Amino acid sequence: MAKDSGARDVAIAGIGATPYYKRGETAGQSINQLAGEAILAACADAGVSVTEVDGLAFYSLARAGYGDQLEAGEFVEMLGIRELTFTAALTGGGGGSAGAIGLARAAIVAGDASVVVTVMALQQRTRLGSVVASKAATPASSFVQPSGLAGPGHLMSLLTRRHMYQYGTTRDAFAEIAISTRNNALNRPQARYREPLTREQYFGSRMIADPLCLYDFCMESEGAVAIVTTSLERARDLRQRPVPVVAAAHGGTREWGRGFSWFGMPDDETFASSGNKPIADRLYQRAGITAQDIDVALIYDHFTPMVLMQLEEYGFCKKGEGGPFVLSGAIRYAAERKPGTVPVNTHGGQLSEAYVIGATHIMEGVEQLRGTAVNQVAGAELALVTGGPAALPTSALILGCDR
Amino acid sequence: MSAPANSAKLATALPAGAVKISTDPSTEPFWQAARERRLVAPRCADCGTFRLPPTPFCWRCQSAAVDWTELSGRATVYTFTVVNGYPGLPDITLVPVVVDLPDAPGTRLVSNVVGVDPAEVRIGTELTVDFHPIADGWLLPVFRVAGPAAKESA
Repeated sequence: MAKDSGARDVAIAGIGATPYYKRGETAGQSINQLAGEAILAACADAGVSVTEVDGLAFYSLARAGYGDQLEAGEFVEMLGIRELTFTAALTGGGGGSAGAIGLARAAIVAGDASVVVTVMALQQRTRLGSVVASKAATPASSFVQPSGLAGPGHLMSLLTRRHMYQYGTTRDAFAEIAISTRNNALNRPQARYREPLTREQYFGSRMIADPLCLYDFCMESEGAVAIVTTSLERARDLRQRPVPVVAAAHGGTREWGRGFSWFGMPDDETFASSGNKPIADRLYQRAGITAQDIDVALIYDHFTPMVLMQLEEYGFCKKGEGGPFVLSGAIRYAAERKPGTVPVNTHGGQLSEAYVIGATHIMEGVEQLRGTAVNQVAGAELALVTGGPAALPTSALILGCDR
Repeated sequence: MSAPANSAKLATALPAGAVKISTDPSTEPFWQAARERRLVAPRCADCGTFRLPPTPFCWRCQSAAVDWTELSGRATVYTFTVVNGYPGLPDITLVPVVVDLPDAPGTRLVSNVVGVDPAEVRIGTELTVDFHPIADGWLLPVFRVAGPAAKESA
């Protein structure tokens, strides 16, 4: 039942990326160079000409990170795209990464476009780590910025402390997420961090925003990732094994709203959360499956505690039990998935492979379902991909196998 | 107040020149009151629901009518972090805090606890408002740990 449930009307046909760089390393390139390189790679992977692209489905308001903007008109000019019949972006920020594939699906199902590219490119000219401090004050940000919460991790440390207070979660759990994610990057050629991370290194590292230390933060990397989505029928005629979209969802409730740009979540459970529960419920309902059917989970990991909270909201464990769940070893990679466990971020995630605002998680989901992942989960048939816990929309995607 | 027993660095707020705010018609009364060292919150004139930050409409009944209500300045730590360093200020120690405001139920403010050893801050610590100079002549509501007298009068 689960093997064939869900939408499965469109599929990811191609993925492509630039190499991943450390902060500052792409200073000699433009954002359009990076984005174009990823788009051309994704089209080549799919076996379509970039001139056939007729749709662009962005997220984060088509921003490229925190300073640059991705402009559809410039892409057309630069890449020789003949005509765009759909160009749109989800609102919000990295929360929409997985949901952008749902936007691509909407365009294809509506008949508005047939070959849709989703792309994210990132340079750290504005540093992620202090992005809150660096922006000009708005009337809304004037209620957060003056406190010295300089970046996203600082904001999320406030949710994390509540999770520790309410549920007894400990830093050992965050260390386990950092270490297990690093383990998955050790054999991945494109990963930025390929040395093991020890508990001694973790607990000896600088405390940036107590209780979050250096290794709880994802990296400030640079690079670009692109994804090509088409109808499933079209994808079957292309180069790669199609990876059908089983379900996609984005949005969020009033109780979450702007999340940690707001901090007004009315109940303790929503405050100490990733804001993804309503997305998870809708996603599983659309897919006709439960968390127990998921073979591999690509969970947006900008900060380790937000992985833990998403594992709760996506039903891999009960609310508040994320700490014991990860400490049991349940998220560690194993080629054969055992009941009650789920391999998480088998590519090394944003903590250890590269941070490209969620796009690398979509790529890894595709690789797992093609059967070509570096840390392949044997026989994987369903992959969960989540967008970043942030101001709404948050989002998620379930990818499947064609048969 | 007695001096701290050890030489722990007390938390402060960002220096005036590092903090700029901007306002719009919905938020400006909050900042104008703060400049007069008063902590206020918008309360829906129709259904009585408080909201912060100030917005043009009441989220509960969608009314645009507002009564600006002066608060006592009492607050409770809902959650906090300890931050060492800020861009351009590597040695600063900050305790950013999210506070509950008991006389504006359902609202919170993001602020700082100042003048305290960060190790002494707890969820539930009772605070009282103070005002800290920031750029352009505005004052920023910040919080200090409430003294015994403040607790008794509460």
